[in-house]
Amino acid sequence: MAEYLSQYIPYWIAYALIGLIQAGLLLALMLVTVAVFTWVERKVSARIQDRLGPTRRGGRFGWLQPPADGIKLLLKEDLVPKNADAFFFRIAPYICFCTTLCVFMAIPFADGWVAERLNTGIFFVLAIAGLGVFGVVMAGYSSGSKWSLFGAMREATQVISYEVPMAMALVVPVMVAGTMDLVTIGNMQAGWFTNWFIFHDPFTFIVFWVYFTCAVASTNRAPFDLPEAESELVAGFMTEYSGFRWAIFFMAEYGSMLVVSCLAVILFFGAWNGPIPVTQFLGLTNDLHPIAGFAANLLGLANCLIKACICMTVIVWVRWSLPRLRIDQVMATCWKYCVPLAAAMLLGAMLWSYAFPAGLLFRNQAFGYASEKSDVMSDIKNGKVARAEKGGRQTWK
Amino acid sequence: MEMINWHTCFFLLFALISCGFAIAIVASSNVVRMAFYLIITLGSVAGLFFLAGADFIGAVQLMVYVGGTLVLLVFGVMLTARSPFVSMRTGGSQWILATIVGGSLLVILLQAAFSVENWSGERIVQTTSAQQQISPTSTKIGLSLIGLRVDQLEQQDETLRAGMSGYLLVFEIISVHLLVVLVGAAYLARAKRRPLKEPSNSKL
Repeated sequence: MAEYLSQYIPYWIAYALIGLIQAGLLLALMLVTVAVFTWVERKVSARIQDRLGPTRRGGRFGWLQPPADGIKLLLKEDLVPKNADAFFFRIAPYICFCTTLCVFMAIPFADGWVAERLNTGIFFVLAIAGLGVFGVVMAGYSSGSKWSLFGAMREATQVISYEVPMAMALVVPVMVAGTMDLVTIGNMQAGWFTNWFIFHDPFTFIVFWVYFTCAVASTNRAPFDLPEAESELVAGFMTEYSGFRWAIFFMAEYGSMLVVSCLAVILFFGAWNGPIPVTQFLGLTNDLHPIAGFAANLLGLANCLIKACICMTVIVWVRWSLPRLRIDQVMATCWKYCVPLAAAMLLGAMLWSYAFPAGLLFRNQAFGYASEKSDVMSDIKNGKVARAEKGGRQTWK
Repeated sequence: MEMINWHTCFFLLFALISCGFAIAIVASSNVVRMAFYLIITLGSVAGLFFLAGADFIGAVQLMVYVGGTLVLLVFGVMLTARSPFVSMRTGGSQWILATIVGGSLLVILLQAAFSVENWSGERIVQTTSAQQQISPTSTKIGLSLIGLRVDQLEQQDETLRAGMSGYLLVFEIISVHLLVVLVGAAYLARAKRRPLKEPSNSKL
């Protein structure tokens, strides 16, 4: 993109401009999702509890409730408690928000539509997403309130519990795909929904639910909302916050919901490849015309975001259906059930790939995409790099 | 107006943040603030790795070092929770010892840095964009961990090639070592008390 623009304007301006456009698009995506899903959350929770939810602002369904909330929160006083560590208290919400926004940098929304295509995309996503906890711990510590501190301590305990099974669950699709590049993983699931990794074998199907459990825990939402726990800790780490800083915490929470949903869609639900390969039927490829390829990507973007929204709605549904777990129950869920389950599924998926390399029920045509693309893999196939001999030495052919 | 090299700009930015907060760690006396500054320092070092196109190492830096500092931070918060702004005082002897150790390390690093010949000579100007420089580095690292060294292909010298073995044995030793540490930690941390008859709150 920057190369294309640099035909018209100096390269350094084009480079900065493209960077700003990408950052702006990602920020817009996150903020729009936050606005829409605060409304969806209220409506869904109201329906689950046999209420109506917002109905006053903006017509029958309360469409204008999110802007009304935003204006209300902006106008509130920005308080800093007397006992608080003012600098950390002010900066903590931004840490939460920025880490969530940073994750979107590596998440693709269509074939090649990613701000920064990383060779180790999923690893980067996990590494950055794990930093959000700093904001929560800082907020809890700097508030100078024991409720906040309890919330922060619970958050730390919870993070240590869910991160291990989450990483282990994500290893399974990565192993099936043979790459950590999210764009390649998405492209490998092209075609019918039978090519989605969740239907690849029984083990990936089960491991998705392990991932989903850990993903809900990572968003700090019920049944894993111990750091907030309105009925126990006032509002947990957010107790002392008001106005706009409180809103930023909420933006980070809904943003991380979108992150885990996008990740679930990319790794398990075919990314931008729909249940029915519409773009293939229409023949929309770059070979036909660049505009056709663009249209295919646009459809893919819509596909990816719709699936992510369905996943987010399920997370909302879960929140309003299940009671909160105790902290020891959270640790038991993560360590005693999720970790062994994820480990067993990893072994199972490994054996499955070994026994049925082409898939048993559904033949995956896109399989081997990564190995064809990678020079290193083709070198190994052609026997240029030999396996280690018995003596531990390697030979060169 | 002259062309701005963004790569250099970001390098200077990250380097300044990294060094500035490293000094702030030493200057600060609050444990939690120190941990926070350490996070920023390590995070901007990860930024430098990303800038160099080593995204895998950068992500490892974030996950291992910055994530490890989280534990430090949590302990700092827990230990200083009673009196939130407890300050750590360092004695004179500690200052002297730290200056000797830090100073000697700095001398070694400076000596190593200034001995790089390319710096004084002609510079190699990279004209390709950062996007093109990123190659599948993690594939090579992963393959060498299971005993396949693909960088053999780039090695011209036939005799050196034979010595380039993979890291399978090292990898296995470290894995077993970590497993032993985990088992040991679980053994040490296990509850040693007898099961109580009535339900207690001690689980929390």
